[in-house]
Amino acid sequence: MQSVKWLRKNLFSDVWNSALTLFALWVIYISVPPLLDWAIFKAVWEGNGNTCREITSGACWPFVKANLGQFIYGRYPESELWRVNLTFVLGVAGLIPMLMPSAPAKKWNLIYLVVAYPLIAIVLLAGDRPGLVGVDTSLWGGLLVTLVVAVTGIVVSLPLGILLALGRRSDMPAIRMLSIAFIEFWRGVPLVTVLFMASVMLPLFLPEGVSFDNLLRCLIGVALFSSAYMAEVVRGGLQAIPRGQYEAARAVGMSYWQTMGLIILPQALRHVIPGIVNTFIGLFKDTTLVLIVGIFDLLGQVRAQLSDPNWAVPEGATTGYVFAALVFWVFCFGMSRYSVFMERRLNTDHRN
Amino acid sequence: MNNRLVAFLVGIVIGAAALYFFLPGPGAPITAATVNTTGPAAKPAGPTAAAGSTLATVRARGYLQCGVSQGLPGFSNPNDKGEWSGIDVDFCKAVAAAVFGDATKVKYRPLSAKDRFTALQSGEIDLLSRNTTWSMSRDTSLGFDFAGVIYYDGQGFLVKKSTGITSAAQLDGATICTQTGTTTELNMADYFRGQGMTYKVLAFEKNEESLSAYDEGRCDAYTTDASGLHAQKLILKTPDEHLVLPEIISKEPLGPLMRQGDAQWADIVRWTLFALINAEDLGVTQGNVELMRTSQSPDIRRLLGAEGAYGEAIGLKAEWAADVIRAVGNYGEIYNRTVGPDTPLGIPRGLNALWKNGGLMYAPPIR
Repeated sequence: MQSVKWLRKNLFSDVWNSALTLFALWVIYISVPPLLDWAIFKAVWEGNGNTCREITSGACWPFVKANLGQFIYGRYPESELWRVNLTFVLGVAGLIPMLMPSAPAKKWNLIYLVVAYPLIAIVLLAGDRPGLVGVDTSLWGGLLVTLVVAVTGIVVSLPLGILLALGRRSDMPAIRMLSIAFIEFWRGVPLVTVLFMASVMLPLFLPEGVSFDNLLRCLIGVALFSSAYMAEVVRGGLQAIPRGQYEAARAVGMSYWQTMGLIILPQALRHVIPGIVNTFIGLFKDTTLVLIVGIFDLLGQVRAQLSDPNWAVPEGATTGYVFAALVFWVFCFGMSRYSVFMERRLNTDHRN
Repeated sequence: MNNRLVAFLVGIVIGAAALYFFLPGPGAPITAATVNTTGPAAKPAGPTAAAGSTLATVRARGYLQCGVSQGLPGFSNPNDKGEWSGIDVDFCKAVAAAVFGDATKVKYRPLSAKDRFTALQSGEIDLLSRNTTWSMSRDTSLGFDFAGVIYYDGQGFLVKKSTGITSAAQLDGATICTQTGTTTELNMADYFRGQGMTYKVLAFEKNEESLSAYDEGRCDAYTTDASGLHAQKLILKTPDEHLVLPEIISKEPLGPLMRQGDAQWADIVRWTLFALINAEDLGVTQGNVELMRTSQSPDIRRLLGAEGAYGEAIGLKAEWAADVIRAVGNYGEIYNRTVGPDTPLGIPRGLNALWKNGGLMYAPPIR
């Protein structure tokens, strides 16, 4: 009885509401069963390309299964995969306590994540140090590249963005002009152009024989590009802080860096958490653009594996893209939920 | 433990890590070139070439930089074992085998159709082996040299078997799906005008779109390069119900190319291609190459370096062609392994058969 009451109140309260409910049910009815059929019940779960050529009623999961190694690691040599795995584990081990507000030693944790971990990761992934064989970045691919590009972008863009935002609001004309020029330049060019310039045009300007790694060039491009966006997000937060806060900090004798570090930034950054996370998510998805300079991120790797004649099957492309979409969604949704959690915790919407 | 002590310890750890980080490496890094080999790579040996030449650069670097596609079935595509495969990839391997005697010393640069020429011009790659049509403008005004033809392609048509069409001459009045902004539209216009037939064109921005429009029955035929037709046929809902028509309406000779102005490098690439074709012509295969070295046929002896010093003339060692065939086999073996009738693509040899079997594959002799 309780449920009937609830139904009447919430779903069938009047004619319009009832019609909408029925319409929604109809949409679910026509869309969900075929989707489940395609993805699960009528899908191919075992076999090879030939199986997928015979049964074309649903997804071709063996394609994902056979190529999973490529989707995650690219062409990273098999004997060295433990290095990638160790890098993933070390990153997660540093990230989880950092994200948990109750975990202790935030300062050391941050130093580990921002200073020590990137160095460890570079040594582990690229190698070419005593005891480790070098692995050329042309062999990296898949999720590994997606994460390397995204994490580099995120780790570099936040501090650089904060400095640029402060620089843009500085009283010193030289610093202000430089910051404005930097931000407006990088915001004014499309990321595709930046990547293309870095990868294809740069060698034309370098002296013959001088060349540096293609992936590194992309990382620098992405990091500079995203810091310009981050700077504007942070500046939005800085502008929301009332003048009184600055004056009060000065009044108790705080220096510029003390004012910023202890009074202004903690408040300003709290205001712009949605904007920061938004930039991070955008950056994570923009990593797919590295494909145009011949580096295979997750999506690029899926596309590349689709060109294997052995896996040229009717449902291969759809299956591959659905898989890539799922992975991207998991990461982006994770970031988005964490931001909601932090907003609640810091209560930045001033719901008192 | 007080804070200072912790800071001190952490400082030492970071310092040590930084020291380790900036130490030089132990030797050759793993590139695509050395993945399959164990131990550090041996220093390349052989006659030294003039400074600034592509051969010298490649030797000094220790591997060949080869431009390939970002995934073109049968020509250059990564497979599910994490390796590149295809005709164009095998040609990269062949050149590496000729230069280093080791087909694994290649680094592949996947390039889009747009940036392939820039990458070659800027020296990012030594060789572009990416199903590129040999045309006069590319050979002359773009400043490239083509080594020859590795695959004779051309525009063809795909139709449903149920329509009963078996020849392009029956396409009068048909609606044809294609891609916008490519030469396929122009070729088609020329062909239909020449035949005095009419047609309607349904063009899409992307290849996938026009293919799916064809699959949904919105047009009677689909057109693109014949090699592409065989690959794209596989991803239709029912591949067996479609037929690639025998007519080829345009010339698309695909070949590897390099920068103009380095005659020695051009010779190496060109003669590697010729060696592959000559090997098939002479019956030298990956399996019998050692046996053939003792052959009495002068042609075979010259090809495999048992007689004469033909390798030295292009800055390589005498056995260069034997190394190539040991690594990738002859042209026919490459073809059959990558796109031939026994692969999923199943493209008949057609124009790509040897001259003596009714095709166009013919290479000048080594003598």
